[in-house]
Amino acid sequence: MIDLEPVAAPDAPLARRNPVAKVAAALVFTLVLVATLDPVAPAIAIAIELAVLPLFGVRYRVLARRAWPLLAGAVGILVTLVLFAADRSGPVLVDAGPVLVTQGVLVTALGLVLRMLAVALPGIVVFATTDPTELADALIQNAKAPARFAIGALAAFRMVPLLEQEWRMISMARRARGVDAGRNPLAKLRLFASTAFALLVGAIRRGTRLAVAMDARGFDAGTPRTVARRQHFTRADALLVVTAALLAGAALTTSILLGTFRPLIG
Amino acid sequence: MSGVVLRGFGWRHGGRRAWAVRGVDLRVESGERVLLLGASGAGKSTLLAALAGLLPEDSGEQEGTVEIDGLDPRKARERVGVVFQDPETQLVMARSGDDVAFGLENRGVPAEEIWPRVDEALRRVGFPYDRNRPTAALSGGEQQRLALAGTLALRPGLLLLDEPTANLDPTGATLIRRAVADALDPDTTLILVEHRVAEALPLVDRVVVLEPGGGVRADGPPEAVFAAHGDALAAAGVWVPGHTVPPRHATTPPGETLLAADRLGLPPRLTPTDLRVRAGEALAVLGPNGAGKSTLALLLGGLLRPGTGALTASAELAGRDARTPPHRWRAPALARRIGSVFQDPEHQFVTGTVRDELALGPRRTGRSEADVTDTVDALLHRLRLDRLAGANPYTLSGGEARRLSVATALATAPRLLICDEPTFGQDRRTWLELVDLLAELRDAGHGVVAVTHDADFVAALADRTLTLDRPSADLDGPRTAGPAGPSGSAGPPGSAGPASDGQGASESAGRPDADGPPSPPTRGAGAP
Amino acid sequence: MSHTDSNRWRTVDIVVASVIAVAFGVVFWAWGLLWSATDAAFAFFPPAQALLYGVWLIPAVLAGLIIRKPGAALYCETVAAIVSALLGSQWASIVILQGLMQGIGAELAFAAFRYRSFRLPVAVLAGALTGLGAAIFDFVYWNKAYELTSYRIPYALITIVSATVVAGLGAHLLTRALANTGVLDRFPAGRDRALV
Ligand SMILES: Nc1ncnc2c1ncn2[C@@H]1O[C@H](COP(=O)(O)OP(=O)(O)OP(=O)(O)O)[C@@H](O)[C@H]1O
Ligand SMILES: Nc1ncnc2c1ncn2[C@@H]1O[C@H](COP(=O)(O)OP(=O)(O)OP(=O)(O)O)[C@@H](O)[C@H]1O
Ligand SMILES: [Mg+2]
Ligand SMILES: [Mg+2]
Repeated sequence: MIDLEPVAAPDAPLARRNPVAKVAAALVFTLVLVATLDPVAPAIAIAIELAVLPLFGVRYRVLARRAWPLLAGAVGILVTLVLFAADRSGPVLVDAGPVLVTQGVLVTALGLVLRMLAVALPGIVVFATTDPTELADALIQNAKAPARFAIGALAAFRMVPLLEQEWRMISMARRARGVDAGRNPLAKLRLFASTAFALLVGAIRRGTRLAVAMDARGFDAGTPRTVARRQHFTRADALLVVTAALLAGAALTTSILLGTFRPLIG
Repeated sequence: MSGVVLRGFGWRHGGRRAWAVRGVDLRVESGERVLLLGASGAGKSTLLAALAGLLPEDSGEQEGTVEIDGLDPRKARERVGVVFQDPETQLVMARSGDDVAFGLENRGVPAEEIWPRVDEALRRVGFPYDRNRPTAALSGGEQQRLALAGTLALRPGLLLLDEPTANLDPTGATLIRRAVADALDPDTTLILVEHRVAEALPLVDRVVVLEPGGGVRADGPPEAVFAAHGDALAAAGVWVPGHTVPPRHATTPPGETLLAADRLGLPPRLTPTDLRVRAGEALAVLGPNGAGKSTLALLLGGLLRPGTGALTASAELAGRDARTPPHRWRAPALARRIGSVFQDPEHQFVTGTVRDELALGPRRTGRSEADVTDTVDALLHRLRLDRLAGANPYTLSGGEARRLSVATALATAPRLLICDEPTFGQDRRTWLELVDLLAELRDAGHGVVAVTHDADFVAALADRTLTLDRPSADLDGPRTAGPAGPSGSAGPPGSAGPASDGQGASESAGRPDADGPPSPPTRGAGAP
Repeated sequence: MSHTDSNRWRTVDIVVASVIAVAFGVVFWAWGLLWSATDAAFAFFPPAQALLYGVWLIPAVLAGLIIRKPGAALYCETVAAIVSALLGSQWASIVILQGLMQGIGAELAFAAFRYRSFRLPVAVLAGALTGLGAAIFDFVYWNKAYELTSYRIPYALITIVSATVVAGLGAHLLTRALANTGVLDRFPAGRDRALV
């Protein structure tokens, strides 16, 4: 199941911030962390992220539910590093044929796993607390994004829950007409592929009709648009972005001062 | 406020040889109220799209001219408001209020005027929720209302409505018509497409009938047109008021039970319902929008797994699968035994041409190729789809698509046929043909279940009716079949609002009252 | 194959590009789960997991082939990435950067032919270049700590191969199949069908 509703308490102090500010803060925070491979900076970042979580009105349980696939990713990183690490310095911990685990490998693995989490969490939090309509409004009003594109994308986004219903409808229609796969796995795969194709066709057809409906209501008629829902970018929003940059910078600086910093490039 | 002039207008859709409309000369003065009639496929929807400036130049070929207040319709979109046949594709935003505001924003209405106009438009159409209601959570009828509000809020000089009440229950349809009547300023021009003339007449002062081959067949005040051309129009497929249809009830008593539903339900869409479907009998399922009729149809069709209760097929219907419920049968066996017609015809199409669509079912159920061709040709001819055999099902007109979807289910000659709104959007001629087809199937000993809002259809065909009510939270008892007759007391229009506390279902034997009002939702008529 | 007269996007271009992006955003989100779930299956040779990569790159090429306007590939791939982030992709905002990189690749291929040709070779080139964009991003960002010859290079090469076949050839075939259903009638890609 895909849940589209924002999962945050809507009156949490940071969840209420301008969507553009939230996305910018997440991006800034993320970009700073991308620059390093060491475990210290991401560890500090994760601590900060978990600490501000209540300000976004997101409960830890909700975050865990959205983030659990990352754990599988962490296992993947670990396995791959054991087999393919470039840096195998440090004391050997395990040595069994192709599996050579050194302290260096473990430190690198820790760094990568922590960085993956640290980079992913802000995005998860921001998108979990942001309503798509408000994001589009703010993109148009505060980030000067082209209105035609932002609104077109928003109108298309409304189809996500419909796609799920449509999938069920297509499957039922086929069954009613005598088409099913039975127990044959190959036939199942073919039916799956043809259902997916039918879904894409249906989505595009809806899209063309939606475009006609939008034109019928004066979209893109050349008249300057007004906005019904005002989005404001206040000083508090700017503060959020700046704070995010400062906090990420602080994490990085700490790592440099401790001598653990390992730049991504160079 | 806006006048329309068409001179020799014609349009041919890309990919088609035949013209959808042709040779139309028409002048509609500002403030006139026109009912546009014509057989299914005569080009009514195409004509409305042309007036709204929504026929893209690159998607077909035009002949002649269209002018709105002397302007090309593509330049006059500001003055025109249109509500199409299918409301679902017209909603743009995720929240209802935002959707109404969308058009106002596009037209550059000052921000402080937008919300008052949104609220006023929602009030006028009787929209029962607040502005934040997600548009994805609206029923078909509610979507139709919202689409209308989005158009009325723009205060168009020319209002174009394409079968605005096709999928609505009778109370909902009355409400929409009243909303339109209230919303029209004296100088708003209205062009309305509606097959059911009797219901639309109070809204209009002029009737224009399109001729399928091209041109305008009749034009003038309703009484004059129907007095002069009534019989000819009725023969050509127009629902002329006063021309009754002959009933086609079963002449022999029903046979054995084919399907038995015991407390069959699917919370929260359908509350537990008891039901027997018999061979050689046509059962009509009635009820307001959102009562769960379509859900019941899908359950009976073996397409949904029941949430509560059980559905049992008789040995005669189930054959080798007597011990499993229909939703566990293999698809080819199901298609041979129980045929389904979906509410939205487009949900049902799985191939690329009309002919393939018809041939699919018979092929899957293992008939010989010659046999399949015969069946397909016969159906194409009877439902007048032969001309469209190579067309893509999704490019058909509303009525053509409905016909095709019924024909696809008839093609496998299932022992039991379940149709969801088989007659909506049909002209009189096809309507009669459909009733005949279903009656023949029944008289040959097959079972027929039809979900419908169409009172004429019930009067003409149904041998028994079952009325569902909106499920309500405090419902505890099951819906049961009972001797309760069709409820005669018409409730006040609008009584079927979302807060309706009605419950239960009533099943009635015998012929329902042919000329009485369609049964309103029955309240608490469940217990035997 | 014809070229639309104007480079200005019509409403239908915007909405259909967005719809493709949204549909693939959902696919991305599901594909991310699949990717994580198949980690173990590819343990014998992890770079081979990049065979799955092409699916993430289809919208870039597909939108380019259907819409045929400057920016279509970039727009569609980026919006698809944003949608998967909105749906709760585990990689969140980083996929947006990835989407941008990948979109630029395909965009360059179409631009190289001045948005005039949309035949198979162009589609395959677009697939290869979007794969190159993806490979560069991963080479630097995700795979930095791995061994060069036994992991980073095979991974990048497999990504490009997967992109060329799945996204390039795949999108070409998908466009043709879509055109046959008639849904692309409003686009140059969908013209030239028989009359009925
Ligand atoms: N997009 C399309 N592409 C090709 N042909 C079309 C398209 N839309 C409609 N047609 C054809 O044009 C003709 C007129 O269709 P139109 O929808 O205008 O009929 P209509 O009078 O509204 O019928 P109905 O009462 O059944 O809704 C039909 O034969 C239909 O098959
Ligand atoms: N796929 C679905 N998932 C959840 N709820 C649904 C679904 N389909 C329908 N519903 C809800 O279940 C209820 C019954 O729906 P159903 O379509 O069976 O009504 P109906 O009687 O056929 O109405 P109508 O006359 O408008 O066609 C409605 O409230 C509807 O909103
Ligand atoms: Mg029509
Ligand atoms: Mg229904």
